[in-house]
Amino acid sequence: MNELRPRDIALTAPAALFLVAFMVAPLLLMVYVSTLERAPFGGVLWGSHTAVAYEKLLLERDLLGALSFNSDYIAIFARSFRLAAITTALTLAIGLPTALYMTTLSPRRAAIILFLVTVPFWTNLLVRNFAWILILRNGGQLDSLLLWLGITSQPLDILYTPWATGIGLTYSFLPFMILPVYVALERIDRRLIEAAFDLGADRLRVLTRVVLPLAMPGIVAGAVLVFVPCLGAYVSPELLGGGKSLMIGNLVQAQFGASRNWPFGAALALVLVLILLLSLALLALVRRRAERLS
Amino acid sequence: MTDAAVAISSVRKTFAGASQPALGGVSLDILKNEFFTLLGPSGCGKTTLLRMIAGFENPDSGAILLDGTAMARTPPNRRPVNTVFQSYALFPHMSVAQNIAFALEMLGRPRDAIRARVAEMMRLLRLDGLGDRRPAQLSGGQQQRVALGRALAPEPKVLLLDEPLSALDLKLRKEMQIELKRLQTETGITFVFVTHDQEEALTMSDRVAVMRGGAVMQIGRPADIYERPANLFVAEFIGEANLLPAICVDRTGHGGTFRLAGASDDDGAIAVADAGTLAPGQTATLVVRPERVALVPAQTTRLRGQAREAVYRGSDLMLHASLPGGAMLRARLPGDADVTALIGQVTGFAFPGDAVRAFAA
Repeated sequence: MNELRPRDIALTAPAALFLVAFMVAPLLLMVYVSTLERAPFGGVLWGSHTAVAYEKLLLERDLLGALSFNSDYIAIFARSFRLAAITTALTLAIGLPTALYMTTLSPRRAAIILFLVTVPFWTNLLVRNFAWILILRNGGQLDSLLLWLGITSQPLDILYTPWATGIGLTYSFLPFMILPVYVALERIDRRLIEAAFDLGADRLRVLTRVVLPLAMPGIVAGAVLVFVPCLGAYVSPELLGGGKSLMIGNLVQAQFGASRNWPFGAALALVLVLILLLSLALLALVRRRAERLS
Repeated sequence: MTDAAVAISSVRKTFAGASQPALGGVSLDILKNEFFTLLGPSGCGKTTLLRMIAGFENPDSGAILLDGTAMARTPPNRRPVNTVFQSYALFPHMSVAQNIAFALEMLGRPRDAIRARVAEMMRLLRLDGLGDRRPAQLSGGQQQRVALGRALAPEPKVLLLDEPLSALDLKLRKEMQIELKRLQTETGITFVFVTHDQEEALTMSDRVAVMRGGAVMQIGRPADIYERPANLFVAEFIGEANLLPAICVDRTGHGGTFRLAGASDDDGAIAVADAGTLAPGQTATLVVRPERVALVPAQTTRLRGQAREAVYRGSDLMLHASLPGGAMLRARLPGDADVTALIGQVTGFAFPGDAVRAFAA
């Protein structure tokens, strides 16, 4: 099973070549760039190596050249992780009931809902985020609605806050949670649920003891699909967060743009990739350990 | 009826979109500590009835009482009933021990009590040493026993079994039939067993209800049903039967004399001990079990037929013969009977009058 036959190589070659050319090679280039000295007006000094980019992650050099600890960038990483985690939790809190509801529908109706879930993909991400600006801005539809309902008397002033970023990210990534969770739930044998009821479990315990454990692979897949791209999200923090509270994605973008510090941008991006790879590896390890134990 | 574990009265059910009712007014009582079987072809309503006892379906009308308490719309998790599913439906993410412990945990039993009960069930079902395995790591027969253990662990008042043996091969099925009977006797729990396999039903049951088209055709002990089928359907469905079209020619007391349809006055006269309500001149179908048909010299009987073929079946041999009027008669003979010389010859057949059941055609 494990040996590669010529046919397998031929079938996977296009994808492999594409990934090498447009994923692995740029990544290696980034590793190289991160070790170079920055050029004064953007770009790098090829062949002039230095560890300054990595030093800058944790340390700050004052005018006299003395190094001191600087937690600014760690704070940005922490903020990004927090926002990604909150977004993942929110998409799960909204997506799980939605997916559960979808499994109770007839196949035809479930297909309609499934279609509706994917409709946002048809519109450009930027356009959708601009739409949220109109909804969330002072005096926008959200404010009008809340005022009209008498829930608030003042504008919420929510646009250009982390709240707006969170709303935008949750909205953007919700389908990535719903789809894998729905697929996992749909695959559960209904007779197992009947069996659980038959053996005396009430609805809550059927959910916690049978349905959720069996849907766990889908929930984990959904969480990874939301968490990972959220961490590097650029559009929502920029447009809805107003770029005020920097996220990793915006920070990296700034290094290649206004800050003209390519090596530092490359170093930031690589650290992010490394953290993600390590956490995914850890997740896989934990899961395999759990499987072997049981 | 105070000693009924399950009392079903006038239960009707028509599924949305179905033209025929799944159950058309079924009433029956299942006694405590009884091995009761619902037997019938697919679509007869036996599984619907079982699912109603479990609480997965609700009757359109009629009542189901468990141990004297009306169940009406009580959900499955609050009924003192557990089910062994056809597909076993074992929880794949739990070990064997966790599967068996599930219902006990739902009941909130203390940890020690659960552990003791699980160990007891594993011993009873000969699953020792398999407690940590996952269902996927077990053979079909072992999975079957885990499903039984899981359903029996909380000591339900009634255990429902939905064709649980159909996925097993013949040898294992025979073993499990004996095993189920043993379990039922040892636990003293009422078993309600659903099957389409008449042999299985006769082997294990204290009583059998034969169902067809959403109605109960006959309820009785296996011997009653086999020897005295209430109607033609039951006679045909249970065991093997010769169905002989005939005309009633004479009545004397309970008994009567019949002539095979299409036969002349000279041959084919059959004496029947219990002719029921049939009157002379009425057409009827006579039912005779092949094992009650004996081979006799042609000149000693008025029932003669031409032997067509002999089918050897190991333990016995089935001789097929055509009777006057065109009906076929099967006679079950010992496996070592030598009938090759008879094939193509006219031979005599005989069976006692009480071996024949007569039904109006």
